Amino acid sequence: MIQFNKVTKIFSPNSAALENISFKINETEFVSIVGKSGAGKTTLFKLLLVEETPTKGKVFFENQDVHKINRSQLYKLRRKIGMVFQDYKLLPSNTVYENIAYVMKVIGASDEDIHRSVSKVLEIVGLEEKVHNFPRELSIGQRQRVAIARALVHRPKVILADEPTGNLDPYHTSEIIQLLLKIHDLGTTVILATHNKEIINSLEKRTITLENGKVIRDDKKGRFIL
Amino acid sequence: MFISIKRIFQIAIMILKRQGLATFAMIFVIAITCLQVSSMFLLGKISQSLILDLEEKVDISVYLKMGTSEEDIFSIKEKLSQAPQVKKIEYVSSEEAREIFIERHKDDLLLMESLVQVGNPFLASLNIKAFMPDHYEEIANLLENSSFRDLVEKVDYYQRKPVIERIFAITSGINKALLFLSLVLGSLTILITFNTIRLATYSLREEIEIERLVGASDWFIRGPFLLQGGISGLLAFLISLSILSLACFFLTPQLKALFPDLSLFSCFGENFFSILLIQFLTGTGLGVFSSFIATRKYLKI
Repeated sequence: MIQFNKVTKIFSPNSAALENISFKINETEFVSIVGKSGAGKTTLFKLLLVEETPTKGKVFFENQDVHKINRSQLYKLRRKIGMVFQDYKLLPSNTVYENIAYVMKVIGASDEDIHRSVSKVLEIVGLEEKVHNFPRELSIGQRQRVAIARALVHRPKVILADEPTGNLDPYHTSEIIQLLLKIHDLGTTVILATHNKEIINSLEKRTITLENGKVIRDDKKGRFIL
Repeated sequence: MFISIKRIFQIAIMILKRQGLATFAMIFVIAITCLQVSSMFLLGKISQSLILDLEEKVDISVYLKMGTSEEDIFSIKEKLSQAPQVKKIEYVSSEEAREIFIERHKDDLLLMESLVQVGNPFLASLNIKAFMPDHYEEIANLLENSSFRDLVEKVDYYQRKPVIERIFAITSGINKALLFLSLVLGSLTILITFNTIRLATYSLREEIEIERLVGASDWFIRGPFLLQGGISGLLAFLISLSILSLACFFLTPQLKALFPDLSLFSCFGENFFSILLIQFLTGTGLGVFSSFIATRKYLKI
Protein backbone atom coordinates (compact mmCIF):
# COMPACT_ATOMS: atom_id res chain seq x y z
CA MET A 1 0.00 0.00 0.00
CA ILE A 2 2.80 2.40 0.95
CA GLN A 3 6.31 2.13 -0.35
CA PHE A 4 9.41 4.23 0.21
CA ASN A 5 11.95 3.42 -2.47
CA LYS A 6 15.55 4.59 -1.84
CA VAL A 7 14.30 7.94 -0.52
CA THR A 8 16.77 10.65 0.44
CA LYS A 9 15.81 14.07 1.69
CA ILE A 10 18.44 16.74 2.12
CA PHE A 11 17.45 20.08 3.67
CA SER A 12 20.98 21.45 4.08
CA PRO A 13 24.07 20.28 2.19
CA ASN A 14 25.82 19.17 5.38
CA SER A 15 23.20 16.75 6.68
CA ALA A 16 20.54 14.49 5.22
CA ALA A 17 17.20 14.31 7.04
CA LEU A 18 16.60 10.94 5.40
CA GLU A 19 19.15 8.78 3.61
CA ASN A 20 18.35 5.97 1.22
CA ILE A 21 15.18 4.87 3.03
CA SER A 22 13.32 1.83 1.66
CA PHE A 23 10.40 -0.06 3.19
CA LYS A 24 6.91 -1.27 2.36
CA ILE A 25 3.77 -1.11 4.48
CA ASN A 26 0.89 -3.38 3.59
CA GLU A 27 -2.80 -2.66 3.89
CA THR A 28 -4.21 -3.07 7.44
CA GLU A 29 -0.74 -3.14 9.00
CA PHE A 30 0.04 -1.36 12.30
CA VAL A 31 3.56 0.02 12.07
CA SER A 32 5.44 2.08 14.63
CA ILE A 33 8.26 4.34 13.53
CA VAL A 34 10.63 5.08 16.38
CA GLY A 35 13.62 7.30 16.72
CA LYS A 36 14.99 10.21 18.67
CA SER A 37 13.88 13.76 17.91
CA GLY A 38 15.30 14.76 14.54
CA ALA A 39 15.66 11.13 13.36
CA GLY A 40 13.39 11.89 10.35
CA LYS A 41 9.99 10.52 11.48
CA THR A 42 8.04 13.68 10.66
CA THR A 43 9.90 14.08 7.33
CA LEU A 44 8.70 10.59 6.32
CA PHE A 45 5.09 11.65 6.91
CA LYS A 46 5.60 14.96 5.12
CA LEU A 47 6.94 13.11 2.08
CA LEU A 48 3.93 10.81 2.04
CA LEU A 49 1.52 13.77 2.29
CA VAL A 50 3.53 15.62 -0.40
CA GLU A 51 4.25 18.48 1.96
CA GLU A 52 7.88 17.92 1.01
CA THR A 53 9.48 16.42 -2.10
CA PRO A 54 12.31 13.89 -1.90
CA THR A 55 15.79 14.84 -3.05
CA LYS A 56 16.14 11.31 -4.42
CA GLY A 57 13.92 8.23 -4.60
CA LYS A 58 10.20 7.66 -4.86
CA VAL A 59 7.22 7.36 -2.52
CA PHE A 60 4.26 5.24 -3.59
CA PHE A 61 0.72 5.15 -2.23
CA GLU A 62 -1.54 2.48 -3.73
CA ASN A 63 1.07 1.95 -6.50
CA GLN A 64 1.05 5.62 -7.46
CA ASP A 65 4.14 7.82 -7.21
CA VAL A 66 2.68 10.52 -4.97
CA HIS A 67 5.12 13.15 -6.18
CA LYS A 68 3.87 12.76 -9.72
CA ILE A 69 0.32 13.69 -8.73
CA ASN A 70 -0.76 17.06 -10.15
CA ARG A 71 -0.82 19.74 -7.43
CA SER A 72 -4.50 20.46 -8.02
CA GLN A 73 -5.34 16.75 -7.57
CA LEU A 74 -3.40 16.23 -4.33
CA TYR A 75 -6.54 16.60 -2.24
CA LYS A 76 -7.69 13.18 -3.48
CA LEU A 77 -4.59 11.54 -1.93
CA ARG A 78 -4.86 13.56 1.28
CA ARG A 79 -8.50 12.57 1.79
CA LYS A 80 -7.37 8.94 1.99
CA ILE A 81 -4.94 9.77 4.76
CA GLY A 82 -5.89 10.91 8.26
CA MET A 83 -2.97 12.78 9.73
CA VAL A 84 -2.45 13.61 13.39
CA PHE A 85 0.07 16.44 13.21
CA GLN A 86 2.68 16.86 15.92
CA ASP A 87 1.76 20.57 16.10
CA TYR A 88 -1.99 19.71 15.79
CA LYS A 89 -2.61 22.11 12.89
CA LEU A 90 -6.09 23.09 14.06
CA LEU A 91 -7.94 25.91 12.33
CA PRO A 92 -7.61 28.73 14.89
CA SER A 93 -10.82 30.54 13.93
CA ASN A 94 -12.95 27.36 14.03
CA THR A 95 -14.48 25.71 17.08
CA VAL A 96 -13.68 22.13 18.07
CA TYR A 97 -16.84 20.92 16.29
CA GLU A 98 -16.07 22.95 13.14
CA ASN A 99 -12.46 21.75 13.05
CA ILE A 100 -13.56 18.13 13.00
CA ALA A 101 -16.58 18.75 10.75
CA TYR A 102 -14.38 20.55 8.17
CA VAL A 103 -12.90 17.26 6.94
CA MET A 104 -16.40 15.82 6.52
CA LYS A 105 -17.55 18.96 4.69
CA VAL A 106 -14.58 18.68 2.34
CA ILE A 107 -15.64 15.19 1.25
CA GLY A 108 -19.24 16.35 0.72
CA ALA A 109 -20.89 14.52 3.64
CA SER A 110 -24.49 15.40 4.53
CA ASP A 111 -25.36 17.46 7.62
CA GLU A 112 -26.75 14.38 9.39
CA ASP A 113 -23.63 12.32 8.64
CA ILE A 114 -21.42 15.13 9.85
CA HIS A 115 -23.36 15.54 13.08
CA ARG A 116 -23.41 11.81 13.78
CA SER A 117 -19.73 11.21 13.02
CA VAL A 118 -18.43 14.30 14.80
CA SER A 119 -20.47 13.54 17.93
CA LYS A 120 -19.16 9.98 17.91
CA VAL A 121 -15.46 10.90 17.63
CA LEU A 122 -15.86 13.64 20.21
CA GLU A 123 -17.24 11.03 22.58
CA ILE A 124 -14.31 8.71 21.78
CA VAL A 125 -11.71 11.39 22.55
CA GLY A 126 -13.72 12.65 25.53
CA LEU A 127 -14.30 16.21 24.37
CA GLU A 128 -18.12 16.35 24.23
CA GLU A 129 -18.07 19.29 26.63
CA LYS A 130 -15.72 21.34 24.45
CA VAL A 131 -17.60 21.38 21.13
CA HIS A 132 -18.05 25.15 21.10
CA ASN A 133 -14.57 26.04 22.32
CA PHE A 134 -11.86 27.45 20.06
CA PRO A 135 -8.39 25.80 19.99
CA ARG A 136 -6.88 28.70 21.97
CA GLU A 137 -9.28 27.89 24.82
CA LEU A 138 -8.07 24.28 25.10
CA SER A 139 -5.16 22.72 26.95
CA ILE A 140 -2.35 21.18 24.88
CA GLY A 141 -3.65 17.68 25.58
CA GLN A 142 -7.16 18.65 24.53
CA ARG A 143 -5.84 20.13 21.27
CA GLN A 144 -4.04 16.89 20.57
CA ARG A 145 -7.26 14.95 21.11
CA VAL A 146 -9.10 17.27 18.67
CA ALA A 147 -6.35 16.60 16.11
CA ILE A 148 -6.83 12.85 16.61
CA ALA A 149 -10.62 13.16 16.30
CA ARG A 150 -10.22 15.09 13.05
CA ALA A 151 -7.89 12.43 11.61
CA LEU A 152 -10.39 9.66 12.40
CA VAL A 153 -13.73 11.23 11.56
CA HIS A 154 -13.89 10.51 7.82
CA ARG A 155 -12.60 6.93 8.25
CA PRO A 156 -9.50 7.27 6.05
CA LYS A 157 -7.61 4.27 4.64
CA VAL A 158 -4.46 5.20 6.55
CA ILE A 159 -3.85 7.06 9.76
CA LEU A 160 -0.50 8.75 10.22
CA ALA A 161 -0.05 9.68 13.85
CA ASP A 162 2.97 11.88 14.53
CA GLU A 163 3.65 11.75 18.28
CA PRO A 164 -0.08 11.65 19.07
CA THR A 165 0.52 11.12 22.76
CA GLY A 166 3.40 13.55 23.13
CA ASN A 167 1.48 15.92 25.39
CA LEU A 168 -0.96 13.54 27.02
CA ASP A 169 -1.01 12.18 30.57
CA PRO A 170 -0.57 8.38 31.01
CA TYR A 171 -4.35 7.86 31.27
CA HIS A 172 -5.12 9.62 27.97
CA THR A 173 -2.00 8.13 26.34
CA SER A 174 -3.29 4.64 27.01
CA GLU A 175 -6.76 5.60 25.78
CA ILE A 176 -5.41 7.01 22.50
CA ILE A 177 -3.26 3.92 21.87
CA GLN A 178 -6.26 1.68 22.57
CA LEU A 179 -8.23 3.82 20.15
CA LEU A 180 -5.59 3.44 17.42
CA LEU A 181 -5.56 -0.31 17.98
CA LYS A 182 -9.34 -0.42 17.73
CA ILE A 183 -9.27 1.54 14.47
CA HIS A 184 -6.61 -0.83 13.20
CA ASP A 185 -8.77 -3.83 14.14
CA LEU A 186 -11.52 -2.34 12.00
CA GLY A 187 -9.19 -2.56 8.99
CA THR A 188 -7.41 0.79 8.88
CA THR A 189 -3.67 0.97 8.27
CA VAL A 190 -2.01 2.81 11.16
CA ILE A 191 1.47 4.32 11.16
CA LEU A 192 2.51 5.65 14.52
CA ALA A 193 5.61 7.81 15.00
CA THR A 194 6.74 8.03 18.60
CA HIS A 195 9.71 8.04 20.90
CA ASN A 196 7.69 6.64 23.81
CA LYS A 197 9.44 3.44 24.92
CA GLU A 198 6.49 2.08 26.96
CA ILE A 199 4.07 2.38 24.07
CA ILE A 200 6.34 0.52 21.65
CA ASN A 201 7.15 -2.23 24.12
CA SER A 202 3.49 -2.77 25.01
CA LEU A 203 2.28 -2.81 21.37
CA GLU A 204 4.38 -5.72 20.12
CA LYS A 205 3.76 -4.65 16.50
CA ARG A 206 6.07 -4.06 13.54
CA THR A 207 8.60 -1.37 14.42
CA ILE A 208 10.86 0.57 12.06
CA THR A 209 13.72 2.26 13.91
CA LEU A 210 15.31 5.40 12.46
CA GLU A 211 18.60 6.90 13.49
CA ASN A 212 20.20 9.95 11.83
CA GLY A 213 17.88 9.61 8.86
CA LYS A 214 18.61 5.92 8.23
CA VAL A 215 16.55 2.78 8.90
CA ILE A 216 18.63 0.78 11.37
CA ARG A 217 16.01 -1.87 12.26
CA ASP A 218 12.74 -3.19 10.87
CA ASP A 219 11.32 -5.81 13.28
CA LYS A 220 8.04 -7.69 12.96
CA LYS A 221 7.40 -7.50 16.70
CA GLY A 222 9.69 -4.71 17.62
CA ARG A 223 10.86 -3.31 20.88
CA PHE A 224 12.29 0.09 21.61
CA ILE A 225 16.03 -0.39 21.13
CA LEU A 226 18.07 2.79 20.75
CA MET B 1 -21.92 19.89 -6.38
CA PHE B 2 -24.91 21.54 -4.67
CA ILE B 3 -23.67 20.49 -1.25
CA SER B 4 -20.19 21.91 -1.98
CA ILE B 5 -21.69 25.27 -3.02
CA LYS B 6 -23.80 25.26 0.15
CA ARG B 7 -20.69 24.54 2.25
CA ILE B 8 -18.72 27.31 0.50
CA PHE B 9 -21.51 29.80 1.35
CA GLN B 10 -21.67 28.57 4.96
CA ILE B 11 -17.90 28.93 5.40
CA ALA B 12 -17.90 32.39 3.73
CA ILE B 13 -20.57 33.64 6.15
CA MET B 14 -18.60 32.20 9.06
CA ILE B 15 -15.41 33.97 7.88
CA LEU B 16 -17.31 37.27 7.54
CA LYS B 17 -18.58 36.94 11.10
CA ARG B 18 -15.39 35.69 12.71
CA GLN B 19 -12.94 37.97 10.92
CA GLY B 20 -14.98 41.08 11.68
CA LEU B 21 -12.07 43.49 11.97
CA ALA B 22 -10.29 42.27 8.84
CA THR B 23 -13.59 42.35 6.92
CA PHE B 24 -14.29 45.88 8.19
CA ALA B 25 -10.83 47.03 7.07
CA MET B 26 -11.41 45.45 3.65
CA ILE B 27 -14.86 47.10 3.26
CA PHE B 28 -13.45 50.45 4.40
CA VAL B 29 -10.56 50.45 1.93
CA ILE B 30 -12.70 49.25 -0.99
CA ALA B 31 -15.34 51.90 -0.17
CA ILE B 32 -12.64 54.60 -0.21
CA THR B 33 -11.45 53.32 -3.60
CA CYS B 34 -15.02 53.29 -4.97
CA LEU B 35 -15.53 56.84 -3.72
CA GLN B 36 -12.25 58.01 -5.19
CA VAL B 37 -12.90 56.44 -8.60
CA SER B 38 -16.48 57.70 -8.84
CA SER B 39 -15.55 61.18 -7.53
CA MET B 40 -12.86 61.46 -10.20
CA PHE B 41 -15.42 60.37 -12.79
CA LEU B 42 -17.91 62.98 -11.55
CA LEU B 43 -15.22 65.66 -11.35
CA GLY B 44 -14.21 64.81 -14.92
CA LYS B 45 -17.84 65.16 -16.07
CA ILE B 46 -18.26 68.49 -14.25
CA SER B 47 -15.02 69.94 -15.58
CA GLN B 48 -15.89 68.75 -19.09
CA SER B 49 -19.22 70.53 -18.84
CA LEU B 50 -17.56 73.70 -17.48
CA ILE B 51 -14.92 73.55 -20.22
CA LEU B 52 -17.62 73.08 -22.89
CA ASP B 53 -19.53 76.06 -21.48
CA LEU B 54 -16.39 78.13 -21.58
CA GLU B 55 -15.49 76.98 -25.08
CA GLU B 56 -19.02 77.71 -26.28
CA LYS B 57 -18.47 81.33 -25.31
CA VAL B 58 -15.45 81.58 -27.62
CA ASP B 59 -15.94 82.61 -31.25
CA ILE B 60 -14.61 85.07 -33.81
CA SER B 61 -16.61 87.54 -35.83
CA VAL B 62 -16.01 88.46 -39.44
CA TYR B 63 -17.42 91.97 -40.11
CA LEU B 64 -18.41 92.62 -43.69
CA LYS B 65 -18.13 95.93 -45.42
CA MET B 66 -21.14 98.18 -45.41
CA GLY B 67 -23.29 97.56 -48.45
CA THR B 68 -22.24 93.92 -49.03
CA SER B 69 -25.23 92.16 -50.53
CA GLU B 70 -26.88 89.29 -48.69
CA GLU B 71 -26.19 87.12 -51.73
CA ASP B 72 -22.44 87.70 -51.33
CA ILE B 73 -22.68 87.15 -47.58
CA PHE B 74 -24.42 83.78 -48.03
CA SER B 75 -21.85 82.80 -50.62
CA ILE B 76 -19.05 83.64 -48.14
CA LYS B 77 -20.94 81.71 -45.43
CA GLU B 78 -21.29 78.72 -47.72
CA LYS B 79 -17.59 78.74 -48.58
CA LEU B 80 -16.52 79.15 -44.97
CA SER B 81 -18.79 76.38 -43.74
CA GLN B 82 -16.95 73.98 -46.05
CA ALA B 83 -13.67 74.61 -44.21
CA PRO B 84 -12.86 71.57 -42.00
CA GLN B 85 -11.98 73.78 -39.04
CA VAL B 86 -15.41 75.45 -38.89
CA LYS B 87 -17.87 73.90 -36.45
CA LYS B 88 -20.68 76.43 -36.65
CA ILE B 89 -21.27 79.64 -38.56
CA GLU B 90 -23.99 82.15 -37.84
CA TYR B 91 -25.02 85.19 -39.88
CA VAL B 92 -25.97 88.35 -38.02
CA SER B 93 -27.37 91.07 -40.28
CA SER B 94 -26.75 94.74 -39.49
CA GLU B 95 -30.40 95.03 -38.40
CA GLU B 96 -30.07 92.09 -36.02
CA ALA B 97 -26.82 93.54 -34.67
CA ARG B 98 -28.65 96.80 -33.99
CA GLU B 99 -31.47 94.98 -32.19
CA ILE B 100 -29.01 93.04 -30.07
CA PHE B 101 -27.27 96.30 -29.17
CA ILE B 102 -30.61 97.93 -28.24
CA GLU B 103 -31.61 94.94 -26.13
CA ARG B 104 -28.31 95.08 -24.25
CA HIS B 105 -28.21 98.83 -23.69
CA LYS B 106 -31.89 99.76 -23.55
CA ASP B 107 -31.44 101.30 -20.09
CA ASP B 108 -28.64 103.59 -21.22
CA LEU B 109 -30.60 106.61 -22.50
CA LEU B 110 -27.54 108.47 -23.79
CA LEU B 111 -26.52 105.54 -25.98
CA MET B 112 -30.07 105.05 -27.24
CA GLU B 113 -30.33 108.75 -28.14
CA SER B 114 -26.99 108.63 -30.00
CA LEU B 115 -28.15 105.57 -31.89
CA VAL B 116 -31.26 107.38 -33.11
CA GLN B 117 -29.06 110.19 -34.40
CA VAL B 118 -26.50 108.00 -36.25
CA GLY B 119 -28.99 105.52 -37.70
CA ASN B 120 -27.58 101.99 -38.03
CA PRO B 121 -23.77 101.94 -37.75
CA PHE B 122 -23.56 98.17 -37.32
CA LEU B 123 -21.96 95.95 -39.90
CA ALA B 124 -23.32 92.56 -40.90
CA SER B 125 -21.15 89.80 -39.48
CA LEU B 126 -20.50 86.08 -39.54
CA ASN B 127 -19.86 84.53 -36.11
CA ILE B 128 -17.65 81.48 -36.42
CA LYS B 129 -17.02 78.71 -33.90
CA ALA B 130 -14.12 76.35 -34.54
CA PHE B 131 -13.68 72.71 -33.49
CA MET B 132 -10.31 73.28 -31.82
CA PRO B 133 -8.69 76.34 -30.21
CA ASP B 134 -5.83 76.46 -32.71
CA HIS B 135 -8.31 76.41 -35.60
CA TYR B 136 -9.20 80.07 -34.98
CA GLU B 137 -5.87 81.29 -36.29
CA GLU B 138 -6.18 79.03 -39.35
CA ILE B 139 -9.66 80.42 -40.05
CA ALA B 140 -8.33 83.98 -39.69
CA ASN B 141 -5.51 83.18 -42.17
CA LEU B 142 -7.99 81.55 -44.51
CA LEU B 143 -10.04 84.77 -44.55
CA GLU B 144 -6.93 86.88 -45.14
CA ASN B 145 -6.06 84.90 -48.25
CA SER B 146 -9.54 84.30 -49.62
CA SER B 147 -11.08 85.64 -52.82
CA PHE B 148 -13.69 87.52 -50.77
CA ARG B 149 -11.03 89.34 -48.74
CA ASP B 150 -12.13 92.68 -50.22
CA LEU B 151 -15.63 92.26 -48.81
CA VAL B 152 -14.28 91.77 -45.26
CA GLU B 153 -14.02 94.90 -43.16
CA LYS B 154 -12.49 93.34 -40.07
CA VAL B 155 -11.81 89.98 -38.37
CA ASP B 156 -11.76 90.37 -34.61
CA TYR B 157 -9.52 87.36 -34.05
CA TYR B 158 -6.40 89.38 -33.33
CA GLN B 159 -8.18 91.56 -30.73
CA ARG B 160 -9.63 88.46 -29.05
CA LYS B 161 -6.58 86.27 -29.47
CA PRO B 162 -5.19 86.84 -25.94
CA VAL B 163 -8.59 86.05 -24.36
CA ILE B 164 -9.08 82.93 -26.50
CA GLU B 165 -5.59 81.68 -25.71
CA ARG B 166 -6.08 82.34 -22.01
CA ILE B 167 -9.38 80.42 -21.93
CA PHE B 168 -7.85 77.44 -23.70
CA ALA B 169 -4.78 77.56 -21.48
CA ILE B 170 -7.10 77.37 -18.45
CA THR B 171 -9.15 74.46 -19.83
CA SER B 172 -6.06 72.57 -20.89
CA GLY B 173 -4.59 73.24 -17.41
CA ILE B 174 -7.76 71.85 -15.77
CA ASN B 175 -7.55 68.72 -17.94
CA LYS B 176 -3.87 68.17 -17.11
CA ALA B 177 -4.45 68.76 -13.39
CA LEU B 178 -7.33 66.26 -13.42
CA LEU B 179 -5.22 63.66 -15.18
CA PHE B 180 -2.36 64.18 -12.73
CA LEU B 181 -4.71 64.04 -9.74
CA SER B 182 -6.32 60.83 -11.06
CA LEU B 183 -2.92 59.20 -11.56
CA VAL B 184 -1.60 60.18 -8.12
CA LEU B 185 -4.79 59.32 -6.24
CA GLY B 186 -5.30 56.16 -8.30
CA SER B 187 -1.79 54.87 -7.58
CA LEU B 188 -2.09 55.74 -3.89
CA THR B 189 -5.45 53.99 -3.59
CA ILE B 190 -4.24 50.87 -5.35
CA LEU B 191 -1.18 50.70 -3.10
CA ILE B 192 -3.20 51.21 0.10
CA THR B 193 -5.91 48.75 -0.98
CA PHE B 194 -3.52 45.95 -1.82
CA ASN B 195 -1.49 46.47 1.33
CA THR B 196 -4.56 46.46 3.57
CA ILE B 197 -5.96 43.35 1.91
CA ARG B 198 -2.55 41.69 2.02
CA LEU B 199 -2.35 42.32 5.76
CA ALA B 200 -5.97 41.27 6.30
CA THR B 201 -5.38 38.02 4.44
CA TYR B 202 -1.98 37.22 5.96
CA SER B 203 -3.75 35.28 8.70
CA LEU B 204 -5.19 33.04 5.96
CA ARG B 205 -1.76 31.60 5.28
CA GLU B 206 -1.88 29.15 8.17
CA GLU B 207 -5.54 28.22 7.64
CA ILE B 208 -5.09 27.59 3.93
CA GLU B 209 -2.09 25.35 4.58
CA ILE B 210 -4.09 23.29 7.10
CA GLU B 211 -7.12 23.08 4.82
CA ARG B 212 -4.96 21.81 1.98
CA LEU B 213 -3.33 19.18 4.19
CA VAL B 214 -6.65 17.77 5.38
CA GLY B 215 -7.82 17.26 1.81
CA ALA B 216 -9.70 20.38 0.71
CA SER B 217 -9.57 21.11 -3.02
CA ASP B 218 -8.27 24.48 -4.20
CA TRP B 219 -11.77 25.71 -5.06
CA PHE B 220 -13.23 24.54 -1.75
CA ILE B 221 -10.59 26.67 -0.02
CA ARG B 222 -10.72 29.60 -2.41
CA GLY B 223 -14.52 29.78 -2.80
CA PRO B 224 -15.37 31.16 0.66
CA PHE B 225 -12.61 33.80 0.46
CA LEU B 226 -13.76 34.93 -3.00
CA LEU B 227 -17.31 35.16 -1.66
CA GLN B 228 -16.05 37.11 1.35
CA GLY B 229 -14.26 39.49 -1.06
CA GLY B 230 -17.36 39.80 -3.25
CA ILE B 231 -19.69 40.46 -0.31
CA SER B 232 -17.24 42.98 1.18
CA GLY B 233 -17.02 44.69 -2.22
CA LEU B 234 -20.82 44.78 -2.51
CA LEU B 235 -21.16 46.35 0.95
CA ALA B 236 -18.40 48.84 0.11
CA PHE B 237 -20.25 49.73 -3.12
CA LEU B 238 -23.50 50.39 -1.23
CA ILE B 239 -21.71 52.48 1.41
CA SER B 240 -19.80 54.58 -1.12
CA LEU B 241 -22.90 55.12 -3.28
CA SER B 242 -24.80 56.39 -0.21
CA ILE B 243 -21.94 58.68 0.82
CA LEU B 244 -21.55 60.11 -2.71
CA SER B 245 -25.33 60.70 -3.07
CA LEU B 246 -25.47 62.54 0.25
CA ALA B 247 -22.31 64.53 -0.49
CA CYS B 248 -23.66 65.63 -3.90
CA PHE B 249 -27.01 66.56 -2.35
CA PHE B 250 -25.55 68.65 0.45
CA LEU B 251 -22.71 70.24 -1.55
CA THR B 252 -24.94 71.44 -4.42
CA PRO B 253 -26.14 74.69 -2.71
CA GLN B 254 -22.59 75.60 -1.62
CA LEU B 255 -21.19 75.03 -5.13
CA LYS B 256 -24.05 77.02 -6.66
CA ALA B 257 -22.64 80.10 -4.92
CA LEU B 258 -19.31 79.59 -6.69
CA PHE B 259 -20.59 78.31 -10.05
CA PRO B 260 -24.18 79.46 -10.62
CA ASP B 261 -24.59 77.32 -13.76
CA LEU B 262 -23.43 74.15 -12.04
CA SER B 263 -25.74 71.70 -10.27
CA LEU B 264 -23.68 68.91 -8.74
CA PHE B 265 -26.73 66.84 -7.82
CA SER B 266 -28.16 67.13 -11.37
CA CYS B 267 -24.81 66.05 -12.76
CA PHE B 268 -24.87 63.10 -10.32
CA GLY B 269 -28.43 62.27 -11.41
CA GLU B 270 -27.57 62.45 -15.12
CA ASN B 271 -24.62 60.11 -14.63
CA PHE B 272 -26.24 57.92 -11.96
CA PHE B 273 -26.14 54.66 -13.91
CA SER B 274 -22.52 55.19 -14.99
CA ILE B 275 -21.55 55.92 -11.37
CA LEU B 276 -23.56 52.90 -10.18
CA LEU B 277 -21.74 50.67 -12.65
CA ILE B 278 -18.31 52.13 -11.89
CA GLN B 279 -18.77 51.72 -8.14
CA PHE B 280 -20.25 48.23 -8.44
CA LEU B 281 -17.47 47.00 -10.72
CA THR B 282 -14.74 48.66 -8.65
CA GLY B 283 -16.16 47.32 -5.36
CA THR B 284 -16.92 43.73 -6.26
CA GLY B 285 -14.05 43.52 -8.74
CA LEU B 286 -11.48 44.72 -6.22
CA GLY B 287 -12.92 42.49 -3.46
CA VAL B 288 -12.92 39.32 -5.55
CA PHE B 289 -9.65 40.08 -7.34
CA SER B 290 -7.68 40.84 -4.18
CA SER B 291 -9.04 37.69 -2.47
CA PHE B 292 -8.12 35.71 -5.57
CA ILE B 293 -4.57 37.07 -5.52
CA ALA B 294 -4.19 36.46 -1.76
CA THR B 295 -5.48 32.87 -1.90
CA ARG B 296 -3.51 32.11 -5.05
CA LYS B 297 -0.35 33.15 -3.24
CA TYR B 298 -1.08 30.97 -0.22
CA LEU B 299 -2.44 28.02 -2.21
CA LYS B 300 1.03 27.58 -3.68
CA ILE B 301 2.24 26.38 -0.27
